[in-house]
Amino acid sequence: MGTKHESYWRQVWRQFQRDKLAVVGLIFVLSLFLVAFAAPWIARYSPTAYDLNAILLSPSMHHWLGTDAQGRDVFARMVFGTRVSLSVGFVAVVLYVAIGIFLGALAGYFGGWVDMVISRMIEVMICFPTFFLILTVLAFVGPSLYNIMVVIGLTSWPGIARLVRGEFFKLRGQDFVLASRVIGAGSLRIIFRHILPNGLAPVLVSSTFGVASAILVESGLSFLGFGVQPPTPSWGEILSQSRDFMDIAWWLAIFPGAAIFLTVTAYNLVGEGLRDAIDPRLKI
Amino acid sequence: MGVYLFKRLLLIIPTFLGITLITFLIIQMAPGSPVSLKIQQMGGEGIRTETVSKAVIEQTKKLYGLDQPIHVQYLQWIKRLATFNFGDSYKDHRPVLTKIREALPVTLLLNFISIFLIYLISIPLGIFSALKSRTLLDQAVTVILFILYSLPSFWVAMILIIYLGGGEYLNLFPVAGISSQGVGELTRWGQFGNVLWHLVLPIIVLTYGGFAFLARLSRAQLLEVIRQDYIRTARAKGLSESAVILKHALRNSLIPLITLSGTLLPAMIGGSVVVEQIFSIPGMGKLGFEAVLSRDYPTVMAIAAIEALLTLVGILVSDLMYVWVDPRISFEGM
Amino acid sequence: MWPPGPRGQPRRVAPTIMNDTLLTVENLKTYFFTERGVFKSVDDVSFTVPRGKTVGIVGESGSGKSVTALSILRLVSAPGKIVGGRVMVSCRGVLQYAPTGTVDLLTLEESEMRRFRGGKIAMIFQEPMTSLNPVFTIGDQIEEAVALHQKELNEAQRWEQVLEVLRLVRIPDPERAARSYPHELSGGMRQRAMIAIALGCRPEILIADEPTTALDVTVQAQVLELLRELRERLGMSLILITHDLGVVAEQADEVIVMYAGKIVEQGTVRQIFSHPRHPYTRALLEALPTFHTTGRLRTIPGSVPSLAALPRGCSFQERCDRVQQRCREEDPELMVMGEGQVARCFFPEL
Repeated sequence: MGTKHESYWRQVWRQFQRDKLAVVGLIFVLSLFLVAFAAPWIARYSPTAYDLNAILLSPSMHHWLGTDAQGRDVFARMVFGTRVSLSVGFVAVVLYVAIGIFLGALAGYFGGWVDMVISRMIEVMICFPTFFLILTVLAFVGPSLYNIMVVIGLTSWPGIARLVRGEFFKLRGQDFVLASRVIGAGSLRIIFRHILPNGLAPVLVSSTFGVASAILVESGLSFLGFGVQPPTPSWGEILSQSRDFMDIAWWLAIFPGAAIFLTVTAYNLVGEGLRDAIDPRLKI
Repeated sequence: MGVYLFKRLLLIIPTFLGITLITFLIIQMAPGSPVSLKIQQMGGEGIRTETVSKAVIEQTKKLYGLDQPIHVQYLQWIKRLATFNFGDSYKDHRPVLTKIREALPVTLLLNFISIFLIYLISIPLGIFSALKSRTLLDQAVTVILFILYSLPSFWVAMILIIYLGGGEYLNLFPVAGISSQGVGELTRWGQFGNVLWHLVLPIIVLTYGGFAFLARLSRAQLLEVIRQDYIRTARAKGLSESAVILKHALRNSLIPLITLSGTLLPAMIGGSVVVEQIFSIPGMGKLGFEAVLSRDYPTVMAIAAIEALLTLVGILVSDLMYVWVDPRISFEGM
Repeated sequence: MWPPGPRGQPRRVAPTIMNDTLLTVENLKTYFFTERGVFKSVDDVSFTVPRGKTVGIVGESGSGKSVTALSILRLVSAPGKIVGGRVMVSCRGVLQYAPTGTVDLLTLEESEMRRFRGGKIAMIFQEPMTSLNPVFTIGDQIEEAVALHQKELNEAQRWEQVLEVLRLVRIPDPERAARSYPHELSGGMRQRAMIAIALGCRPEILIADEPTTALDVTVQAQVLELLRELRERLGMSLILITHDLGVVAEQADEVIVMYAGKIVEQGTVRQIFSHPRHPYTRALLEALPTFHTTGRLRTIPGSVPSLAALPRGCSFQERCDRVQQRCREEDPELMVMGEGQVARCFFPEL
C-alpha cells in the first residue's frame, strides 16, 4: 500500500509541475510564508510605532508603501499583516477539515442512523447564512484573531464532511476495503489505513480553495471592523482605515487590496493545478 | 408532485428550527447583554454598568422578557413567529417587521438585477469561451475570469468609488443610498432612472464575482458535455455544428446552471452585507450589520430566520427545477 | 470543371461509378498528435465496401478499427487528424454538380460533408446508454435525422416516418417509444432506437461500431439478427466493427483484421475462418470458444504495443510465435495469399 501511494502522489506532483501558473502560485504562497516568518527582519520600521511627523506620506524611498494616518509605515504593517492572513487561512482550514473528515468519515463508514444524524447536521449547517452567522458570533463574543479562526473553522466544515462522506460511500464497497475486512481488520483501522488515503485527494483540493476563501472572509471581517483588533496589523484592517482617506491616500487602499487579491489568486491557482493533476480527465 | 412538495415542505420545518435555535443560543449565551448596552445609551456615555442599580437592570430585563429562562424565550419567539410578529427593535422600538418590510425590497431589487445580469452575460461568455477552447481568445477570457473570481469585493467597491464615484477622478455615479434627495419630485420614470443610477456601482460589485464563477462553470460544463457520446451521435446524423452546440450540447450543459439559480439568491443576500455597508444601501445586509452592532436581538433573530427560510426555499426550488429541466429525474424517485 | 474545394484545392471526383462498390477507402492515415508523441491510429488502411454486403473489421481495442470508422465520416476530434488517403463514395443524389460518379469525402467542405453524414453513411455506436441525448425523446431524435435528410416531408409525414423506422427496428408500441426518453428504455431497446435514428437518415451504408458490446448476450443476438435483416430488406451495406470474431463469422461477407493501426489480414469470411494466414488472425481464432473446445481457451500473450513507440519491423513481432530475424528488421507489406486474400506477414501460415 505504502509504495502505491507514494507513486500516486509523485504522479500528482509531476502533473502539477506541468501547470506553470500553478507552480507560480505555489512559489508565491511559499514566499509569503517566508515573509511572515522573517517579518521583523524584512520591515525596516515597527508596524505599530506612531510617527506624528510622518502622517499620510505617499510612497517614497523611506516609506516604500507610504504611511498611514498615525504615521505608521504601511510596508511594515503589510509585512506583519501577512502573518494574520496566512494563519487565519491555515488554522481555520485545518480546523474545519479535521471536523469535516471526522464527521464525514463516521457518516460514510457506519451509514445507518449515524449517517442520518450527521447528514441532518450537515444540512442545517449548509443552510446557515454563514457570513451573517460569523458576523453575529464575532459581534457577540468579541472579535479577535483567535475567535475568527475558530468561528470560520466551526461554520465551514459541512462541505468537507459531505465530500468525505461521499468518498467513503464510493470506496467502502471496493475490493481492497472488503479484502481488509475479510482478513479481520477493525473499523478504525480500515478507516485510517485504507479508506482515508484514497479519499484525501479531493479534500486537499477543496481545502486549498478553502484557504483562499478563509483569507477573503477574514479580510472582509477586518474591513467591517470585526477582524483583528488594532494595533495588530492586518490587510483588511489597513484597507478599512483607508476608507476615511480615499481621496488623499490611494496607497492605503491599493496595496493591501492587491496583497489580498494576489494571495487569494495564488491559492486558487494552486487549487486548480492540484485539481487538474488529481483528475487528469479534465485536462487531456 | 403534490405529495413530494408536501414532504419537502415538512422537512423544511426541523431544519429551520435547528438553524434558528442555534442562532438563538449563540446570541443568548454570548457575554454582554443588550441591557448593559441599553443602559449605557440611556445614561449617556461614561456611566459604567456596575454603577447602575440592580433594580434598573432587572426592570430593563423584564421589559424585554430577558428575565425568563432561555427555552421559554425561544418558545415565545417561535410562538410570535407564527403570527409574523418579530417583536420590536431594541434600538429604535419600531416593529422589526416594519424595518424588514423597508429593507427586503431594496435587497431583492439589488440581487434580482444582479442575478439577471450574471446569467445574461456569463452563459454566452462561457459558451463562447468553450467553443474557442485552447485559442488565445479563450485563454484571455479564462485569465480575466480567474482574476475577477479572486478579487475581494470590498476592495473593488473602494476602487470604483475612488475612480468613478467622485473621489479623486471621475464623478460618474453616486456612491451612497439608492436615490437622490428630492427624488419624489421627479416623474415616475425619472425616479426609476435615479434609483438605477444609484445602483450601478453596487450592482457591478455584486455581479462580477458571481459572473466569473458562473461563466467558468458554464465553460467547464459545455466542454464536459461536448465530449459526450451523444454529441458524436448528433454530428453523425449530419447536424451542423451550430445545431449540435445550440440544441444538443447547450440544453444538457444548462441543467446545473439553471438549478443553481435557486440557491444563488440567498447566497448573494448573505454576501451583500459588505456591499450595502460600503454604499450605504438600506437593505437587509446593512440592517443586519447594524442590528448585530447594537445587539438588537429581535432584529438579528428575524434576519437570521428570513435568510434561513430563503435558503431552504432556494434549495427546494433548485430541486424542483432539476425535475423540470432534466427528464431523467422525476418526483417518484425523490 | 468541378468547383474548387476547401482552400482552393480541387475536389477529387471520379467520373465513373466503380462496379458495385459503394465505398472505397484508400491509404487512409489518421494520426493523433499528443504531448507524448504521434499515435498512428490508422496507418495506410485501404478496403472497399460492396453494395449490399457486410464488411467486418476485427481487432483488439487500440487496433484502430473505431478510428477508421470515425475517419470515414470525418468525425475524428482533436488531437486526432486525418493526414492522408482518400474516402471515395458515390455522390448520386447528394451533390448537384456531380449527379453521377464518386467523390473523395476528405476533400469536401464541411457543409457538403454533412449531407453525406447520416444521409449516405450513417453510424451507430457502442454505448446506447450514452450515445442518445438524455434530454430529448426518442421520437425527437429520430425526427431530427428525418428532417435533415428528407427535406421534402412535412411535419405529419415526418412523424409517420419516425413511427415507421421504429416499427422497422421492431420496437413494441412505437407510439409510446417515440414519446419516451432514453433512460426509460432497456439497453436493447436503446440500441434499437439508435439504429432507428440511423435509418431515419435513409443511409446506403451503415457503420456499426461495436453495436452489441454493451448488451446482454441474449439481446446481442437479437440486435445482430435485426441488423442482418435490415441490411437485406433495405439493401444497405454494413460495416461491422467488433472485437468478436464470432459475430463476424455469423454476419460478415468480407473480413478485415486490424492490428496496431494497420490491416494485417483481409479476405472473405470463408478464407479467414478456414485458412487464416496471419499468425494474429490464427491466434484470435484459437481464442474463440467453440462447442468443441475442451480445457482452457488460448489467449494471446502480451498486449498491443504503444502506437507512439512501435518497434522496428513487424508490429506483431513481440507476440508472434513464428517470429524470425527478418520480422525484427523489416515491416512486411500486405501480400497476396490467394484469390482476394491478403496478409501482412513474411512467414504466413500455410
